[in-house]
Amino acid sequence: MEKDVLTRMGDGQRVKMPPAQIKEDLLAGTKDAADRGRIPELSADELGQLFEIIVDKNRMVSIEPGEEIVLTDDCTTLRICDDEGAGGGVGLPVNRMLALLVHERSYAQDSALLEAASVVNVPELKAELNTELQLIEQASLLLTIPMLYMITPALLWYFQPLGPYGNPAELLPQGKIQESRDALEGAAAALTDDVVYIGRRLPAVGVDCLNLDTAGSSGDAELYGILKAVSKLKEVVPELAVEVGMSSEFVLGLHGQITFNGQRLAGLFPHQQVKVAEAAGVDIFGPVVNTNCSRSFPWNLARGITFVKQTVAASNIPIHANTGMGVGGVPMCPVPPIDCVSRVSKAMAQVAKVDGL
Amino acid sequence: MTRKMRIAEAKQYVAKKLKLAPMDLVDERVMREVRKDLDIGIVTSLPGTAKGLEAKCRIAELLGIQINSVNAFKRKAGLS
Repeated sequence: MEKDVLTRMGDGQRVKMPPAQIKEDLLAGTKDAADRGRIPELSADELGQLFEIIVDKNRMVSIEPGEEIVLTDDCTTLRICDDEGAGGGVGLPVNRMLALLVHERSYAQDSALLEAASVVNVPELKAELNTELQLIEQASLLLTIPMLYMITPALLWYFQPLGPYGNPAELLPQGKIQESRDALEGAAAALTDDVVYIGRRLPAVGVDCLNLDTAGSSGDAELYGILKAVSKLKEVVPELAVEVGMSSEFVLGLHGQITFNGQRLAGLFPHQQVKVAEAAGVDIFGPVVNTNCSRSFPWNLARGITFVKQTVAASNIPIHANTGMGVGGVPMCPVPPIDCVSRVSKAMAQVAKVDGL
Repeated sequence: MTRKMRIAEAKQYVAKKLKLAPMDLVDERVMREVRKDLDIGIVTSLPGTAKGLEAKCRIAELLGIQINSVNAFKRKAGLS
């Protein structure tokens, strides 16, 4: 009788599963992605590869020499200086500059990323921009690896009571659909202006790439605002590379009718999102596939690989799949288990054939 | 990054510029010597070797790429 395999659920809980169950879950996961995204399922060979990765008896797994890919991160200082909150921080009392250098010299990362002091609240960031630019300028003198600067523009900061525009969360339940759409479009335009205001100043202080992360967290209008910002930045500062990382696998249609380059944004899956990103001028795209905490790790892995593999196939630009906590198949728990993280990374490199993580 | 190179293409490009095989790029022993000989920055610290902007200036020239911090430095130092 085949021995049960130690694996995990989507919330990180360890479970033992018979090999037959693992194979069933892999198949179910790829079918789920194929059905939702209207994309091909993984082949029998690819499912076999994923099975071998999962049942590998080692706690950590890796790739073969020559298969190495690169890393662009989504946090650096949050990881070192902050609490567990947003970036899984370890609370060391060091400054942001030191945190960057630790990532370059101690972690030997491929790229350094400085998150904005107000990473989400872009209007507030504008007020602090000169202080930020000073730090970036000094960091760029000391770093050898490429430097990215990250903001995660969120439309919610533009809605009342925080901002000047009507709040769709209040307007929609009142049946005020057109008013909600008007507010979303106004807020998106303001977001575009703010991102361009910040982005156009970055190359002069040594930033190699602007990372716009969690794009579309407030739905299609937010994604539209970000894509418009990328298009404008490519006109004014073409020397600035732009990476766009998504916030979820599916673009929520809070507006429902907003389009970019003739493509309606609501309802797009990763392999479709990358095409509008390309059209905007994005240089690196980071797809997201959300982990289902109630399903097994094999199910989530197959599902994630199915979506990302199709995104890679559809793309003309590098794909750096998001594989942090709760995305890409990685379980949703504060300290992502290394057995799952290494398996996701291996599968992304070998089966999905991503360019980076 | 602005050239939108896929990973395989990027490895080939860098390997060709450094006159190495792509597999050498991920060989710690090879790259430690290459980086020291070309003075383009090593992970561990050796006093007197290029670091930070010094290393990036050499990398930009060696690989024939534009690096924003290097261009900014050259502008400000009157070297461009």
